[in-house]
Amino acid sequence: MPLELFLDLYSQPCRSVYIFAKRNNIKFDFKKISLFGGEQYAEEFGKINMIRKAPAMRDVDFCLAESIAIMTYLSEKFQTPDHWYPADIHKRARVNEYLSWQHTAIRLQGAKVFWLRLLIPKMLGEEVPKEKMAAALEDLDGSLKLIEEKFLEEKPFIAGDEISLADLVAIVEIMQPVGSGLNVFEGRPKLSAWRDRVRAAIGPELFDETHQIVLNAQEWVNTMDGSTVQAYKPKILRLFM
Amino acid sequence: MTLELFLDLHSQPCRAVYIFAKKENIPFEYKKVDLASGQQYREEFGQISIVRKVPVLKDGDFILTESIAILMYLAEKFGTSDHWYPSDLQKKARVNEYLSWQHKAVRESGSKIFWFRAMVPILTGAPVEQERMDSAVEDLSSSLTVFEEKFLQKRSFITGQDISLADLVALVELMQPVGTGFDVFEGRPVLSAWRDRVKREIGESLFDEAHQVLMNAHALPQVLKDNGMLDFLKPRLKKLFN
Repeated sequence: MPLELFLDLYSQPCRSVYIFAKRNNIKFDFKKISLFGGEQYAEEFGKINMIRKAPAMRDVDFCLAESIAIMTYLSEKFQTPDHWYPADIHKRARVNEYLSWQHTAIRLQGAKVFWLRLLIPKMLGEEVPKEKMAAALEDLDGSLKLIEEKFLEEKPFIAGDEISLADLVAIVEIMQPVGSGLNVFEGRPKLSAWRDRVRAAIGPELFDETHQIVLNAQEWVNTMDGSTVQAYKPKILRLFM
Repeated sequence: MTLELFLDLHSQPCRAVYIFAKKENIPFEYKKVDLASGQQYREEFGQISIVRKVPVLKDGDFILTESIAILMYLAEKFGTSDHWYPSDLQKKARVNEYLSWQHKAVRESGSKIFWFRAMVPILTGAPVEQERMDSAVEDLSSSLTVFEEKFLQKRSFITGQDISLADLVALVELMQPVGTGFDVFEGRPVLSAWRDRVKREIGESLFDEAHQVLMNAHALPQVLKDNGMLDFLKPRLKKLFN
């Protein structure tokens, strides 16, 4: 019985898991889950992941949540090439350092900008105060600077010469605000060069295919049925505004 | 040259690193960082880490931030007991799952409650709005329910029979609001029993020693008044804990 991966490619951590599995030819059953459609609240999904988030993995009877846990599990189980999660203690520490830092930094701020620029006004019909938007952009800018100055420095990738889980997790989060029409790479040649290297290392076709959904968000948001998300409006506004 | 650990034990991740290093007899030089005096914003600390947070590890030329990365580095470098970060694939995955989830769950709401109760009054001159406090308390409560029903269930520890990094990181975070007199364990017998087991495994005296400054958190407002750093810290801390 193949591995099952429950994914919605709108979600950044779902994209990293998807890319990692595909890039490494790991056989899996793609179980599409629609977050905006509220499918994470279905009873069946609750049995797989009671945290009710995506991605989630089921390997026969072993269920696992959290993209980082899933990818490190897959990297070990399927013995993926060392560079993804290096055995070298210092390189691995660099990867772990980034993966830990990013939760409450770029992931938080990239998601916030995506919601404030696109989903809150277009899907929830709520106007976003200028100062909230400005503050969110400033925070995002701070994280992007740190990525360049601390995590990348003069290296081609975060852990050194080769791509790792750190770069993969970084790029999918940075692409989220891009999906709202904000070109975060503009005026950032170092970051742009790194993005090109990451895209090449992943494989341009796989990278582009995976990001198609979020990059079409500006069109899609006009046609989607936002009624399920409306039910969560107060919670969402509390979270982001 | 001995490993250096830059720590302020008011900080949850610093306590996890401190307890782990002590428990596993890892030799280190304790470099005290005084967050309340704004030491993390000075140039000297900036040379160690431009992120300007604690904990930081310095092992020769190798500098590492993020407690989870530090804990895993120490576990591997010093060959600590397997149960902390099990080699068993599924057990290790459970530890990783918890360590990933907790950033935006227990850590976030526990920290908020600590800040609202211990720091907001001195930083703003008024108590935090009741709505924000209620919101943080509700979020913590939801996280604790997930902790009990998913991560712990009927097990003694998160991975089963033995303590791991997941339990250590969980408990230091849960202690944060306790430092302000907010008892997260009240009315939660499963959680309380787990806490007692974790404390026993760590060693009561090491646990208490590590939590001593936190349990004195009520002294912080006076410290800030006395050290003249209030105006300097206000905007920076507000930004961190909005």
